[in-house]
Amino acid sequence: MKNPKITEKVAFFFLFLATLLIVVPVGLIVIIIIRKGLPAINWKFLTDIPREGMRQGGIFPAIVGTLYLVLGAISFALPIGLMSAIYLSEYAKDNFFSRLIKLAIVNLAGVPSVVYGLFGLALFVVFFKFGASILSGSLTLGIMILPIIITASREALESVPYHFREVSWSLGASKWQTIRYLVLPNAISGILTGIILGLGRAAGETAPILFTVAAFYLPQLPKSIFDQVMALPYHLYVISTQVPNVEEKLRYGTALVLLMIVLFMNLVAIIIRYKFRKKKKW
Amino acid sequence: MNAIEVKELNFWYGSFQALKDINANFKEKKITAIIGPSGCGKSTLLRVFNRMNDLIEGVTTRGEVIINGQNILNKDIDLVKLRRDVGMVFQRPNPFPLSIYENIVFGLKIHGLKDNLNEVVEKSLKAVFLWDNLKDRLHQSALSLSLEQKQRLCIARVLAVRPRILLMDEPCSALDPQATLRIEELMRELKNNYTIIIVTHNMQQAARISDEVGFMLLGELVEFGKTEEIFTRPKDKRTEDYISGRYG
Repeated sequence: MKNPKITEKVAFFFLFLATLLIVVPVGLIVIIIIRKGLPAINWKFLTDIPREGMRQGGIFPAIVGTLYLVLGAISFALPIGLMSAIYLSEYAKDNFFSRLIKLAIVNLAGVPSVVYGLFGLALFVVFFKFGASILSGSLTLGIMILPIIITASREALESVPYHFREVSWSLGASKWQTIRYLVLPNAISGILTGIILGLGRAAGETAPILFTVAAFYLPQLPKSIFDQVMALPYHLYVISTQVPNVEEKLRYGTALVLLMIVLFMNLVAIIIRYKFRKKKKW
Repeated sequence: MNAIEVKELNFWYGSFQALKDINANFKEKKITAIIGPSGCGKSTLLRVFNRMNDLIEGVTTRGEVIINGQNILNKDIDLVKLRRDVGMVFQRPNPFPLSIYENIVFGLKIHGLKDNLNEVVEKSLKAVFLWDNLKDRLHQSALSLSLEQKQRLCIARVLAVRPRILLMDEPCSALDPQATLRIEELMRELKNNYTIIIVTHNMQQAARISDEVGFMLLGELVEFGKTEEIFTRPKDKRTEDYISGRYG
Protein backbone atom coordinates (compact mmCIF):
# COMPACT_ATOMS: atom_id res chain seq x y z
CA MET A 1 0.00 0.00 0.00
CA LYS A 2 2.73 2.43 -0.92
CA ASN A 3 0.76 4.10 -3.70
CA PRO A 4 -1.18 7.00 -2.15
CA LYS A 5 -3.67 7.02 -5.03
CA ILE A 6 -4.68 3.43 -4.41
CA THR A 7 -4.83 4.05 -0.67
CA GLU A 8 -7.12 6.99 -1.28
CA LYS A 9 -9.39 4.97 -3.56
CA VAL A 10 -9.65 2.18 -1.01
CA ALA A 11 -10.38 4.69 1.75
CA PHE A 12 -13.05 6.42 -0.33
CA PHE A 13 -14.60 3.08 -1.19
CA PHE A 14 -15.03 2.14 2.45
CA LEU A 15 -16.30 5.57 3.42
CA PHE A 16 -18.82 5.39 0.60
CA LEU A 17 -19.80 1.88 1.61
CA ALA A 18 -20.44 3.04 5.17
CA THR A 19 -22.66 5.85 3.91
CA LEU A 20 -24.51 3.43 1.64
CA LEU A 21 -25.07 1.06 4.55
CA ILE A 22 -26.94 3.84 6.31
CA VAL A 23 -28.87 5.19 3.35
CA VAL A 24 -30.09 1.85 1.98
CA PRO A 25 -31.98 0.65 5.08
CA VAL A 26 -33.59 4.06 5.53
CA GLY A 27 -34.69 4.05 1.90
CA LEU A 28 -35.96 0.49 2.19
CA ILE A 29 -37.95 1.23 5.32
CA VAL A 30 -39.63 4.21 3.71
CA ILE A 31 -40.36 2.34 0.49
CA ILE A 32 -41.80 -0.72 2.25
CA ILE A 33 -43.97 1.37 4.56
CA ILE A 34 -45.29 3.45 1.68
CA ARG A 35 -45.95 0.41 -0.54
CA LYS A 36 -47.73 -1.56 2.13
CA GLY A 37 -49.37 1.35 3.91
CA LEU A 38 -50.58 3.56 1.07
CA PRO A 39 -53.55 1.28 0.13
CA ALA A 40 -54.96 1.80 3.63
CA ILE A 41 -54.84 5.59 3.46
CA ASN A 42 -58.16 7.16 2.64
CA TRP A 43 -60.35 9.84 4.14
CA LYS A 44 -62.20 7.35 6.34
CA PHE A 45 -58.96 5.89 7.71
CA LEU A 46 -57.74 9.33 8.72
CA THR A 47 -60.98 10.66 10.20
CA ASP A 48 -62.89 7.71 11.59
CA ILE A 49 -62.63 6.07 15.00
CA PRO A 50 -61.36 2.46 15.22
CA ARG A 51 -64.15 -0.09 14.85
CA GLU A 52 -64.67 -3.84 15.11
CA GLY A 53 -62.02 -4.28 17.79
CA MET A 54 -59.63 -2.04 15.83
CA ARG A 55 -59.81 -4.30 12.79
CA GLN A 56 -61.84 -1.76 10.85
CA GLY A 57 -62.40 1.97 10.83
CA GLY A 58 -59.79 4.67 11.20
CA ILE A 59 -57.13 5.97 13.53
CA PHE A 60 -58.36 9.51 14.07
CA PRO A 61 -58.22 9.44 17.91
CA ALA A 62 -54.63 8.20 17.77
CA ILE A 63 -53.61 10.97 15.35
CA VAL A 64 -55.19 13.60 17.57
CA GLY A 65 -53.65 12.03 20.66
CA THR A 66 -50.16 12.06 19.19
CA LEU A 67 -50.52 15.67 18.08
CA TYR A 68 -51.67 16.69 21.56
CA LEU A 69 -48.82 14.84 23.21
CA VAL A 70 -46.18 16.28 20.91
CA LEU A 71 -47.51 19.82 21.28
CA GLY A 72 -47.76 19.37 25.05
CA ALA A 73 -44.23 17.99 25.27
CA ILE A 74 -42.70 20.77 23.19
CA SER A 75 -44.57 23.58 24.92
CA PHE A 76 -43.20 22.26 28.20
CA ALA A 77 -39.68 21.39 27.06
CA LEU A 78 -38.91 24.32 24.75
CA PRO A 79 -39.19 27.23 27.19
CA ILE A 80 -37.50 25.37 30.02
CA GLY A 81 -34.85 23.86 27.78
CA LEU A 82 -34.06 27.14 26.07
CA MET A 83 -33.90 29.05 29.33
CA SER A 84 -31.57 26.54 30.92
CA ALA A 85 -29.43 26.47 27.77
CA ILE A 86 -29.15 30.27 27.94
CA TYR A 87 -28.26 30.06 31.61
CA LEU A 88 -25.65 27.35 31.09
CA SER A 89 -23.95 28.93 28.09
CA GLU A 90 -24.23 32.63 28.95
CA TYR A 91 -24.46 33.04 32.69
CA ALA A 92 -23.14 30.00 34.53
CA LYS A 93 -19.52 30.25 35.60
CA ASP A 94 -17.28 27.51 34.33
CA ASN A 95 -16.64 25.47 37.45
CA PHE A 96 -16.90 21.89 38.61
CA PHE A 97 -20.59 22.20 39.39
CA SER A 98 -21.63 23.63 36.01
CA ARG A 99 -19.49 21.06 34.18
CA LEU A 100 -21.20 18.34 36.20
CA ILE A 101 -24.62 19.66 35.18
CA LYS A 102 -23.64 19.77 31.51
CA LEU A 103 -22.31 16.23 31.68
CA ALA A 104 -25.47 15.05 33.42
CA ILE A 105 -27.65 16.61 30.71
CA VAL A 106 -25.69 14.97 27.91
CA ASN A 107 -25.97 11.63 29.67
CA LEU A 108 -29.67 12.10 30.26
CA ALA A 109 -30.15 11.96 26.50
CA GLY A 110 -28.93 8.37 26.62
CA VAL A 111 -31.31 7.11 29.29
CA PRO A 112 -33.64 4.41 27.87
CA SER A 113 -37.10 5.77 27.22
CA VAL A 114 -38.81 3.12 29.31
CA VAL A 115 -36.99 4.55 32.33
CA TYR A 116 -38.59 7.91 31.59
CA GLY A 117 -41.91 6.08 31.40
CA LEU A 118 -41.45 4.64 34.88
CA PHE A 119 -40.28 7.99 36.19
CA GLY A 120 -43.35 9.69 34.71
CA LEU A 121 -45.58 7.05 36.25
CA ALA A 122 -44.09 7.55 39.68
CA LEU A 123 -43.92 11.35 39.62
CA PHE A 124 -46.80 12.65 37.51
CA VAL A 125 -49.35 9.84 37.55
CA VAL A 126 -48.97 8.74 41.16
CA PHE A 127 -47.25 11.45 43.18
CA PHE A 128 -48.85 14.53 41.57
CA LYS A 129 -52.07 12.54 41.06
CA PHE A 130 -52.46 13.67 37.43
CA GLY A 131 -53.48 10.09 36.65
CA ALA A 132 -52.90 8.56 33.26
CA SER A 133 -53.56 11.71 31.25
CA ILE A 134 -52.37 13.94 28.45
CA LEU A 135 -50.73 16.11 31.09
CA SER A 136 -48.71 13.24 32.56
CA GLY A 137 -47.75 11.93 29.12
CA SER A 138 -46.75 15.35 27.79
CA LEU A 139 -44.64 16.10 30.83
CA THR A 140 -42.93 12.71 30.61
CA LEU A 141 -42.19 13.16 26.91
CA GLY A 142 -41.12 16.73 27.62
CA ILE A 143 -38.60 15.59 30.21
CA MET A 144 -37.34 12.97 27.78
CA ILE A 145 -36.63 15.55 25.04
CA LEU A 146 -35.27 18.24 27.40
CA PRO A 147 -31.66 17.05 27.10
CA ILE A 148 -31.89 17.05 23.31
CA ILE A 149 -33.22 20.61 23.26
CA ILE A 150 -30.80 21.88 25.89
CA THR A 151 -27.76 20.35 24.21
CA ALA A 152 -28.67 21.57 20.72
CA SER A 153 -29.57 25.06 21.98
CA ARG A 154 -26.40 25.31 24.01
CA GLU A 155 -24.28 24.37 21.05
CA ALA A 156 -26.13 26.89 18.89
CA LEU A 157 -25.64 29.67 21.45
CA GLU A 158 -21.99 28.85 21.96
CA SER A 159 -21.34 28.89 18.21
CA VAL A 160 -22.09 32.63 18.11
CA PRO A 161 -18.60 34.18 18.14
CA TYR A 162 -17.44 35.75 21.40
CA HIS A 163 -16.24 38.94 19.71
CA PHE A 164 -19.82 39.80 18.70
CA ARG A 165 -20.80 39.78 22.35
CA GLU A 166 -17.78 41.88 23.23
CA VAL A 167 -18.77 44.54 20.72
CA SER A 168 -22.32 44.55 22.01
CA TRP A 169 -21.18 44.96 25.63
CA SER A 170 -18.75 47.69 24.62
CA LEU A 171 -21.68 49.58 23.06
CA GLY A 172 -23.31 49.60 26.48
CA ALA A 173 -25.62 46.63 26.04
CA SER A 174 -26.35 44.51 29.08
CA LYS A 175 -25.80 40.79 29.04
CA TRP A 176 -29.48 40.15 28.53
CA GLN A 177 -29.79 42.70 25.71
CA THR A 178 -26.82 41.08 24.02
CA ILE A 179 -28.49 37.69 24.27
CA ARG A 180 -31.85 39.01 23.16
CA TYR A 181 -30.76 41.12 20.19
CA LEU A 182 -27.57 39.42 19.05
CA VAL A 183 -27.00 35.90 20.31
CA LEU A 184 -30.50 34.42 20.04
CA PRO A 185 -31.22 35.65 16.50
CA ASN A 186 -27.95 34.13 15.38
CA ALA A 187 -28.54 30.86 17.19
CA ILE A 188 -32.13 30.28 16.15
CA SER A 189 -31.45 27.84 13.33
CA GLY A 190 -29.40 25.61 15.63
CA ILE A 191 -32.12 25.78 18.26
CA LEU A 192 -34.70 24.75 15.67
CA THR A 193 -32.58 21.73 14.82
CA GLY A 194 -32.88 20.70 18.45
CA ILE A 195 -36.63 21.18 18.32
CA ILE A 196 -36.89 19.04 15.18
CA LEU A 197 -34.99 16.21 16.83
CA GLY A 198 -37.07 16.54 19.96
CA LEU A 199 -40.37 16.56 18.08
CA GLY A 200 -39.47 13.46 16.12
CA ARG A 201 -38.47 11.61 19.24
CA ALA A 202 -41.57 12.69 21.19
CA ALA A 203 -43.89 11.63 18.38
CA GLY A 204 -42.31 8.22 17.90
CA GLU A 205 -41.64 6.91 21.41
CA THR A 206 -43.92 4.28 22.90
CA ALA A 207 -42.41 3.45 26.26
CA PRO A 208 -42.77 6.87 27.97
CA ILE A 209 -46.48 7.07 27.15
CA LEU A 210 -47.19 3.44 27.93
CA PHE A 211 -47.77 3.98 31.65
CA THR A 212 -48.59 7.67 31.62
CA VAL A 213 -51.27 8.34 29.05
CA ALA A 214 -51.78 5.85 26.22
CA ALA A 215 -55.16 4.19 26.02
CA PHE A 216 -55.50 0.71 24.56
CA TYR A 217 -58.81 1.51 22.93
CA LEU A 218 -60.64 4.79 23.37
CA PRO A 219 -62.88 5.62 20.44
CA GLN A 220 -63.45 9.26 21.39
CA LEU A 221 -61.53 12.49 21.57
CA PRO A 222 -60.17 13.81 24.88
CA LYS A 223 -62.14 16.57 26.58
CA SER A 224 -59.41 17.91 28.84
CA ILE A 225 -55.72 17.47 29.56
CA PHE A 226 -56.66 15.06 32.34
CA ASP A 227 -58.08 12.55 29.85
CA GLN A 228 -56.32 9.57 28.40
CA VAL A 229 -55.74 9.43 24.67
CA MET A 230 -54.75 6.88 22.08
CA ALA A 231 -51.41 7.56 20.44
CA LEU A 232 -50.03 6.35 17.13
CA PRO A 233 -46.92 4.48 18.30
CA TYR A 234 -48.81 2.63 21.01
CA HIS A 235 -51.74 1.95 18.70
CA LEU A 236 -49.31 0.50 16.20
CA TYR A 237 -47.87 -1.74 18.90
CA VAL A 238 -51.35 -2.82 19.96
CA ILE A 239 -52.65 -3.71 16.52
CA SER A 240 -49.39 -5.43 15.64
CA THR A 241 -49.09 -7.64 18.70
CA GLN A 242 -52.18 -7.56 20.89
CA VAL A 243 -55.06 -7.83 18.44
CA PRO A 244 -55.20 -10.89 16.21
CA ASN A 245 -56.23 -10.76 12.56
CA VAL A 246 -55.58 -7.11 11.85
CA GLU A 247 -55.08 -6.45 8.17
CA GLU A 248 -51.45 -5.79 7.28
CA LYS A 249 -52.29 -2.62 5.41
CA LEU A 250 -53.86 -1.10 8.55
CA ARG A 251 -50.63 -1.61 10.45
CA TYR A 252 -48.50 -0.17 7.71
CA GLY A 253 -51.01 2.59 7.15
CA THR A 254 -50.70 3.59 10.80
CA ALA A 255 -46.91 3.56 10.52
CA LEU A 256 -47.11 5.68 7.39
CA VAL A 257 -49.31 8.27 9.09
CA LEU A 258 -46.90 8.45 12.03
CA LEU A 259 -43.99 8.89 9.63
CA MET A 260 -45.83 11.60 7.73
CA ILE A 261 -46.66 13.54 10.89
CA VAL A 262 -43.00 13.53 11.94
CA LEU A 263 -41.87 14.48 8.44
CA PHE A 264 -44.43 17.28 8.27
CA MET A 265 -43.28 18.71 11.60
CA ASN A 266 -39.69 18.56 10.45
CA LEU A 267 -40.63 20.25 7.20
CA VAL A 268 -42.21 23.16 9.03
CA ALA A 269 -39.10 23.56 11.19
CA ILE A 270 -36.85 23.31 8.14
CA ILE A 271 -38.79 26.07 6.39
CA ILE A 272 -38.61 28.34 9.42
CA ARG A 273 -34.91 27.60 9.73
CA TYR A 274 -34.34 28.38 6.06
CA LYS A 275 -36.10 31.74 6.44
CA PHE A 276 -33.90 32.67 9.41
CA ARG A 277 -30.76 31.58 7.57
CA LYS A 278 -31.63 33.79 4.63
CA LYS A 279 -32.14 36.72 6.95
CA LYS A 280 -28.88 36.08 8.72
CA LYS A 281 -26.54 37.44 6.04
CA TRP A 282 -23.44 35.61 7.16
CA MET B 1 -8.27 69.58 29.57
CA ASN B 2 -7.86 65.97 30.51
CA ALA B 3 -10.36 63.47 29.19
CA ILE B 4 -9.01 60.68 31.38
CA GLU B 5 -6.90 60.94 34.52
CA VAL B 6 -5.25 57.77 35.76
CA LYS B 7 -3.93 57.73 39.31
CA GLU B 8 -1.99 54.89 40.95
CA LEU B 9 -3.70 52.28 38.83
CA ASN B 10 -2.88 48.67 39.63
CA PHE B 11 -4.47 45.66 38.00
CA TRP B 12 -4.24 41.91 38.59
CA TYR B 13 -5.40 38.86 36.67
CA GLY B 14 -5.65 36.48 39.62
CA SER B 15 -2.24 36.83 41.21
CA PHE B 16 -0.52 38.13 38.09
CA GLN B 17 -0.04 41.89 38.19
CA ALA B 18 -0.66 43.24 34.69
CA LEU B 19 -0.57 46.98 35.48
CA LYS B 20 1.76 48.58 38.03
CA ASP B 21 1.26 52.04 39.48
CA ILE B 22 0.10 53.70 36.29
CA ASN B 23 -0.19 57.50 36.40
CA ALA B 24 -1.15 59.41 33.26
CA ASN B 25 -3.38 62.13 31.91
CA PHE B 26 -4.99 61.67 28.52
CA LYS B 27 -5.72 65.01 26.87
CA GLU B 28 -9.05 65.88 25.34
CA LYS B 29 -9.39 65.83 21.53
CA LYS B 30 -5.88 64.49 21.04
CA ILE B 31 -4.64 61.15 19.85
CA THR B 32 -2.68 59.32 22.49
CA ALA B 33 -0.87 56.16 21.44
CA ILE B 34 0.08 53.40 23.84
CA ILE B 35 3.00 51.36 22.54
CA GLY B 36 5.01 48.49 23.91
CA PRO B 37 5.84 44.83 23.24
CA SER B 38 3.20 42.09 23.38
CA GLY B 39 1.96 41.32 26.85
CA CYS B 40 3.10 44.64 28.31
CA GLY B 41 -0.44 45.48 29.46
CA LYS B 42 -1.40 48.09 26.89
CA SER B 43 -4.67 46.40 25.89
CA THR B 44 -5.43 45.76 29.55
CA LEU B 45 -4.98 49.47 30.28
CA LEU B 46 -7.29 50.36 27.38
CA ARG B 47 -9.94 47.98 28.66
CA VAL B 48 -9.85 49.58 32.09
CA PHE B 49 -11.27 52.75 30.58
CA ASN B 50 -14.59 51.15 29.56
CA ARG B 51 -14.47 48.47 32.25
CA MET B 52 -14.38 45.64 29.72
CA ASN B 53 -12.04 43.78 32.07
CA ASP B 54 -15.04 43.29 34.36
CA LEU B 55 -16.10 40.44 32.10
CA ILE B 56 -13.07 38.38 33.03
CA GLU B 57 -13.25 36.37 36.20
CA GLY B 58 -10.81 36.94 39.04
CA VAL B 59 -9.51 40.39 38.19
CA THR B 60 -8.69 43.08 40.75
CA THR B 61 -8.40 46.79 40.01
CA ARG B 62 -6.98 49.39 42.43
CA GLY B 63 -6.50 53.09 41.98
CA GLU B 64 -8.45 55.84 40.30
CA VAL B 65 -9.52 56.51 36.75
CA ILE B 66 -11.33 59.83 36.45
CA ILE B 67 -13.59 60.38 33.46
CA ASN B 68 -16.11 63.24 33.52
CA GLY B 69 -15.13 64.02 37.12
CA GLN B 70 -16.08 60.55 38.30
CA ASN B 71 -13.93 57.63 39.35
CA ILE B 72 -15.16 55.01 36.92
CA LEU B 73 -13.68 52.21 39.01
CA ASN B 74 -16.39 52.84 41.61
CA LYS B 75 -18.67 49.85 42.02
CA ASP B 76 -21.83 51.93 41.56
CA ILE B 77 -20.83 53.61 38.32
CA ASP B 78 -23.43 53.32 35.54
CA LEU B 79 -21.70 50.99 33.09
CA VAL B 80 -24.22 51.63 30.32
CA LYS B 81 -23.56 55.35 30.50
CA LEU B 82 -19.81 54.83 30.76
CA ARG B 83 -19.73 52.63 27.68
CA ARG B 84 -21.84 55.05 25.69
CA ASP B 85 -19.35 57.72 26.61
CA VAL B 86 -16.27 55.61 25.98
CA GLY B 87 -16.58 53.66 22.74
CA MET B 88 -14.29 50.89 21.60
CA VAL B 89 -13.00 49.79 18.21
CA PHE B 90 -11.54 46.30 18.13
CA GLN B 91 -8.60 44.76 16.39
CA ARG B 92 -10.65 42.57 14.11
CA PRO B 93 -13.10 44.33 11.80
CA ASN B 94 -16.16 42.59 13.19
CA PRO B 95 -19.48 43.96 11.98
CA PHE B 96 -22.51 41.98 13.12
CA PRO B 97 -23.99 39.56 10.57
CA LEU B 98 -26.70 42.11 9.84
CA SER B 99 -27.22 44.78 7.23
CA ILE B 100 -25.07 47.90 7.14
CA TYR B 101 -28.01 49.92 8.43
CA GLU B 102 -28.80 47.51 11.28
CA ASN B 103 -25.16 47.50 12.34
CA ILE B 104 -25.18 51.23 12.87
CA VAL B 105 -28.52 51.41 14.66
CA PHE B 106 -27.71 48.44 16.93
CA GLY B 107 -26.34 50.62 19.72
CA LEU B 108 -29.25 53.05 19.43
CA LYS B 109 -31.78 50.24 19.65
CA ILE B 110 -30.07 48.98 22.79
CA HIS B 111 -30.40 52.39 24.37
CA GLY B 112 -34.03 52.70 23.35
CA LEU B 113 -33.45 55.54 20.88
CA LYS B 114 -35.83 55.27 17.97
CA ASP B 115 -35.94 58.80 16.54
CA ASN B 116 -34.06 60.04 13.50
CA LEU B 117 -32.43 56.68 12.88
CA ASN B 118 -31.91 57.47 9.19
CA GLU B 119 -30.25 60.73 10.08
CA VAL B 120 -27.90 59.07 12.54
CA VAL B 121 -26.96 56.41 9.99
CA GLU B 122 -26.19 59.07 7.41
CA LYS B 123 -24.18 61.17 9.85
CA SER B 124 -22.22 58.21 11.17
CA LEU B 125 -21.40 56.90 7.71
CA LYS B 126 -20.40 60.37 6.56
CA ALA B 127 -18.08 60.71 9.53
CA VAL B 128 -16.16 57.63 8.39
CA PHE B 129 -16.40 58.56 4.67
CA LEU B 130 -18.50 55.56 3.70
CA TRP B 131 -21.74 57.36 2.91
CA ASP B 132 -21.10 58.07 -0.76
CA ASN B 133 -20.12 54.48 -1.42
CA LEU B 134 -22.78 52.76 0.60
CA LYS B 135 -25.82 55.02 0.61
CA ASP B 136 -27.58 52.90 -2.02
CA ARG B 137 -26.87 49.55 -0.36
CA LEU B 138 -27.61 50.24 3.29
CA HIS B 139 -29.71 47.12 3.54
CA GLN B 140 -27.12 44.75 2.18
CA SER B 141 -25.15 42.52 4.48
CA ALA B 142 -22.24 44.23 6.19
CA LEU B 143 -20.24 41.07 5.62
CA SER B 144 -19.96 41.79 1.90
CA LEU B 145 -17.77 44.83 2.57
CA SER B 146 -13.99 44.93 2.22
CA LEU B 147 -11.92 44.69 5.40
CA GLU B 148 -11.23 48.42 5.39
CA GLN B 149 -14.91 49.23 4.86
CA LYS B 150 -15.82 46.82 7.63
CA GLN B 151 -13.47 48.56 10.04
CA ARG B 152 -14.86 51.96 9.02
CA LEU B 153 -18.35 50.58 9.60
CA CYS B 154 -17.30 49.40 13.05
CA ILE B 155 -16.08 52.92 13.80
CA ALA B 156 -19.39 54.33 12.51
CA ARG B 157 -21.25 51.85 14.71
CA VAL B 158 -19.46 53.28 17.75
CA LEU B 159 -19.92 56.90 16.65
CA ALA B 160 -23.67 56.37 16.34
CA VAL B 161 -24.07 56.21 20.13
CA ARG B 162 -22.15 59.51 20.36
CA PRO B 163 -19.20 58.74 22.61
CA ARG B 164 -16.67 61.38 23.62
CA ILE B 165 -13.72 59.03 23.90
CA LEU B 166 -12.71 56.39 21.36
CA LEU B 167 -10.58 53.46 22.46
CA MET B 168 -8.90 51.74 19.54
CA ASP B 169 -7.24 48.39 20.10
CA GLU B 170 -4.85 47.93 17.16
CA PRO B 171 -7.53 49.02 14.70
CA CYS B 172 -5.29 48.63 11.65
CA SER B 173 -3.53 45.35 12.33
CA ALA B 174 -5.85 43.41 10.00
CA LEU B 175 -5.52 45.96 7.19
CA ASP B 176 -3.06 46.42 4.34
CA PRO B 177 -0.67 49.42 4.35
CA GLN B 178 -2.82 51.62 2.11
CA ALA B 179 -5.97 50.96 4.09
CA THR B 180 -3.98 51.61 7.26
CA LEU B 181 -2.95 55.04 6.02
CA ARG B 182 -6.53 55.88 5.09
CA ILE B 183 -7.81 54.83 8.52
CA GLU B 184 -5.10 56.98 10.10
CA GLU B 185 -6.33 59.88 7.98
CA LEU B 186 -9.82 59.21 9.34
CA MET B 187 -8.49 59.25 12.90
CA ARG B 188 -6.95 62.68 12.31
CA GLU B 189 -10.40 63.86 11.15
CA LEU B 190 -12.10 62.33 14.16
CA LYS B 191 -9.65 64.03 16.52
CA ASN B 192 -11.55 67.28 15.98
CA ASN B 193 -14.50 65.88 17.88
CA TYR B 194 -13.25 62.91 19.85
CA THR B 195 -10.51 61.98 22.28
CA ILE B 196 -8.72 59.00 20.79
CA ILE B 197 -6.58 56.47 22.60
CA ILE B 198 -4.98 53.92 20.34
CA VAL B 199 -3.03 50.82 21.27
CA THR B 200 -0.60 49.86 18.57
CA HIS B 201 2.25 47.51 17.87
CA ASN B 202 3.37 49.71 15.08
CA MET B 203 5.77 52.41 16.20
CA GLN B 204 5.70 54.23 12.88
CA GLN B 205 1.96 54.46 13.22
CA ALA B 206 2.27 55.93 16.69
CA ALA B 207 4.80 58.44 15.40
CA ARG B 208 2.60 59.36 12.44
CA ILE B 209 -0.69 59.97 14.16
CA SER B 210 -0.32 60.56 17.86
CA ASP B 211 0.09 63.78 19.79
CA GLU B 212 1.24 61.96 22.89
CA VAL B 213 2.73 58.54 23.47
CA GLY B 214 2.90 56.21 26.43
CA PHE B 215 5.49 53.45 26.36
CA MET B 216 4.67 50.39 28.44
CA LEU B 217 6.86 47.49 29.48
CA LEU B 218 5.94 44.59 31.76
CA GLY B 219 2.92 46.39 33.16
CA GLU B 220 4.72 49.65 33.85
CA LEU B 221 4.14 52.91 32.08
CA VAL B 222 7.81 53.64 31.49
CA GLU B 223 7.45 56.97 29.79
CA PHE B 224 4.60 59.24 28.79
CA GLY B 225 4.80 62.51 26.92
CA LYS B 226 4.73 64.43 23.66
CA THR B 227 5.24 62.19 20.67
CA GLU B 228 8.18 64.04 19.15
CA GLU B 229 9.98 64.10 22.48
CA ILE B 230 9.51 60.38 23.12
CA PHE B 231 10.70 59.53 19.65
CA THR B 232 13.63 61.97 19.49
CA ARG B 233 14.78 62.41 23.09
CA PRO B 234 13.49 59.54 25.21
CA LYS B 235 14.40 60.00 28.84
CA ASP B 236 14.42 56.33 29.77
CA LYS B 237 16.99 53.88 28.46
CA ARG B 238 14.28 51.20 27.99
CA THR B 239 12.21 53.51 25.79
CA GLU B 240 15.23 54.29 23.71
CA ASP B 241 16.02 50.59 23.31
CA TYR B 242 12.47 49.83 22.24
CA ILE B 243 12.05 52.59 19.68
CA SER B 244 15.47 51.96 18.23
CA GLY B 245 14.28 48.42 17.64
CA ARG B 246 16.44 46.55 20.14
CA TYR B 247 13.47 44.47 21.32
CA GLY B 248 9.73 44.18 20.93
